[in-house]
Amino acid sequence: MTTPAAGHPRRAVITGIGVVAPGGVGREAFWQLLTEGRTATRRLSLFDPAKFRSQVAAEVDFDPAAAGLAPREIRRMDRAAQFAVVSAREAIADSGLDLSAVAPERIAVGLGSAVGCTMGLEEEYTVLSDNGRNWLLDHSYGVPHLYGYMVPSTLAVEVAWAAGAEGPVSLISTGCTSGIDAVAHAVQLIEEGSADVALAGATDAPISPISAACFDAIRATTASNDDPAHASRPFDRDRAGFVLGEGSAVLVLEELGAARARGAHVYGEIVGSAGRSNAHHMTGLKPDGREMAEAITVALTQARLDPTAVSYINAHGSGTKQNDRHETAAFKRSLGTHAYDIPVSSIKSMIGHSLGAIGSIEVAACALALDRQVVPPTANLHNPDPHCDLDYVPLTARDHRTDVVLTVGSGFGGFQSAMVLARPGVVAHPRS
Amino acid sequence: MPTDDSAPVITGIGITAPTGIGAEAHWAAVLAGKTGIDRITRFDPTPYPVRHAGQVPGFSAEERVPSRLIQQTDHWTHLALAASDAALADAGVDPAGLPEYEMAVVTSSSSGGTEFGQHEMEALYQHEPDWVGAYQSVAWFYAATTGQLSIRHKMRGPCGVLCGEQAGGLDAIGQAGRLTRRGARLVLTGGTDASLCPYGLTAQIATGLLSTAADPARAYLPFDRDASGYLPGEGGAILVMESAPAAARRGARPYGRVLGYAAGFDPAPGSGRPRALHRTAAQALAQARLAPADIDVVFADGAGLPADDLAEAHAISALFGPRGVPVTVPKTLTGRLYGGGAPLDVATALLALRDGLIPHTAGTTRLAPGVDLDLVTDQPRPRDLRRALVLARGHGGFNSALVLGR
Repeated sequence: MTTPAAGHPRRAVITGIGVVAPGGVGREAFWQLLTEGRTATRRLSLFDPAKFRSQVAAEVDFDPAAAGLAPREIRRMDRAAQFAVVSAREAIADSGLDLSAVAPERIAVGLGSAVGCTMGLEEEYTVLSDNGRNWLLDHSYGVPHLYGYMVPSTLAVEVAWAAGAEGPVSLISTGCTSGIDAVAHAVQLIEEGSADVALAGATDAPISPISAACFDAIRATTASNDDPAHASRPFDRDRAGFVLGEGSAVLVLEELGAARARGAHVYGEIVGSAGRSNAHHMTGLKPDGREMAEAITVALTQARLDPTAVSYINAHGSGTKQNDRHETAAFKRSLGTHAYDIPVSSIKSMIGHSLGAIGSIEVAACALALDRQVVPPTANLHNPDPHCDLDYVPLTARDHRTDVVLTVGSGFGGFQSAMVLARPGVVAHPRS
Repeated sequence: MPTDDSAPVITGIGITAPTGIGAEAHWAAVLAGKTGIDRITRFDPTPYPVRHAGQVPGFSAEERVPSRLIQQTDHWTHLALAASDAALADAGVDPAGLPEYEMAVVTSSSSGGTEFGQHEMEALYQHEPDWVGAYQSVAWFYAATTGQLSIRHKMRGPCGVLCGEQAGGLDAIGQAGRLTRRGARLVLTGGTDASLCPYGLTAQIATGLLSTAADPARAYLPFDRDASGYLPGEGGAILVMESAPAAARRGARPYGRVLGYAAGFDPAPGSGRPRALHRTAAQALAQARLAPADIDVVFADGAGLPADDLAEAHAISALFGPRGVPVTVPKTLTGRLYGGGAPLDVATALLALRDGLIPHTAGTTRLAPGVDLDLVTDQPRPRDLRRALVLARGHGGFNSALVLGR
């Protein structure tokens, strides 16, 4: 164990980023899409959406073999697992860290997912039930990895194997805040000394009939099917719900001292994170944004930062009226009048809402915003909702000095999460 | 790292398990060696090679779950809602009187609302997309139970869900312990699972790990020469964890303390490296600042799979010496409960500490060659118990260990 000197708590920094997102596989393709303000939403093609209310999705053009997966990995892994492993390998390569030189029991995994291996589960269901005809499924056709689809922990297993991790390994599944919560979990493992390196991120591949049907049923996804490329419209008065997405992001987190000692490139430091629950409704939000505001305040307090230190907010920005007003209220409640001076944007306008995965994809975007000093825009924002009166960075990315960034997530179950990241060296002594 | 003074305490136990509803009913069944395993009744198991499982006897959602929530949630969540009510009543605490952000919910789920999901997929594939109901989106996913418990008890702190198959329950309790050390005063933790629907059973059969022994009493025999796999079950336990000062202030009488926790992961297949259970158990003891000699009983994972049993026996013997500590696996009475399994073991261990009785492993009679354990069989063993070690392993390589103290 790397023991810090007395009075100097262990800190977690991001040294590697891997992303599989709609619009392109890989970190740089992802960042290029965001900074060019292009959208990756389109008519849904992974299945025939003709009978569905929402027929738009943000899909990854993903060729698992081209992404480096071996045939037996492709056969075994659900699409969500494939995304996670490809992201993890990219993050490890990006970090420049030789994991074989790290004691395996000092490597942890904190992976998030809202709906696990749902595509594999559904596909196998149709086979075993003869397209739903039989309640008593025919077990004789069950493939060996079927159980691996039923338990989402399989996703963390695959990443652990890819990284050679033998420390604490967890799959965190708090719905649409899973991505932030999984990174926060891994940060906690490094800070408390349970690990020196962590693979942290999230993955989801929910673009399948059952997921589409259940979001149709509650009218959460958009029915604006005529113009798919412009269907995700957070903060715009013409928004009509979210666009279902898919993808993964995995980060390499290291203890700050060890990262510095090996001269690693540090994208940013995670200086605060907090979760609160509204205990109100499984899908409904109160307009006051009270619990999200509380999470933001606690995360900033941990970082010993004043609201005025925040230079960019990555919004949850799902594109539902309820969400956009809820979080706008939360920003004002927690940051006061400074909320009006901070650029706020939603990358879901470009890559849709990939449920649990998106939180980690957004942490990756925040780390890149710190590293590149550019904030991504909110695409499709032509006519702001009058109730949403902050600076949402419409249409075009902006060169902007970003020292401290805030990202938030909000999800089913009432969960509200906030995370604060800072450029290396900006925060002297976080974690009060 | 916790010291004895900062160790969180368990002040309430709520159980919905094949051994009974309620802590005392469960404990009486365990001490009597009364099995909760029976022929599956939730569907006709005739076509399947596995027809027996642990089912919660006489559970009526209508009696124990608010009517509005019955149709909005899966059976798995029903069992947790009932257990959480019982746990809070047992702790004698009213959440309405406590600060909302200082209470949280952290549960484990292994497989989510499988039965609910199978019904909705049937509606989708036999009919049209709009036959899928509004509650599928919040009943099937793994966070359903934590979300519903948070709403029901108005707990607005940092909630969580950890999935690690059978090990996940200890990870949830370990995470609840972290939260109490970071300022939470009360955390509802533990977990349940209930995948005894055709799809759930079919998926479990696909592993090849379930026992197909004809006699259900001889099907799940951990550490036995005749070990042939395990049987599944439903249910689990929800616990009330409190920070020690908070419990002391309100005059609560804790069942025990959570002294140490650790998690580790087995190496990838084919690496030739040792499994992680021994190291993980040693880390949990180190975190508790205890030596092996300080442990009075081990609640083993007891997979009922010869290779896994032998590996676990070696890990325990390496830590405590051959037959160096009493070991037991009361889960032969319930089957493996996945996300609910380890929380139920923790509950049983706390009751054992309270009463100075080690429950026996019903069923196992002849230890397999190489299993050099002091396995408590035949009947409960009276003993002054101060500390217990609970072990759990999850499919794919998860290992977790928790140390409890009186």
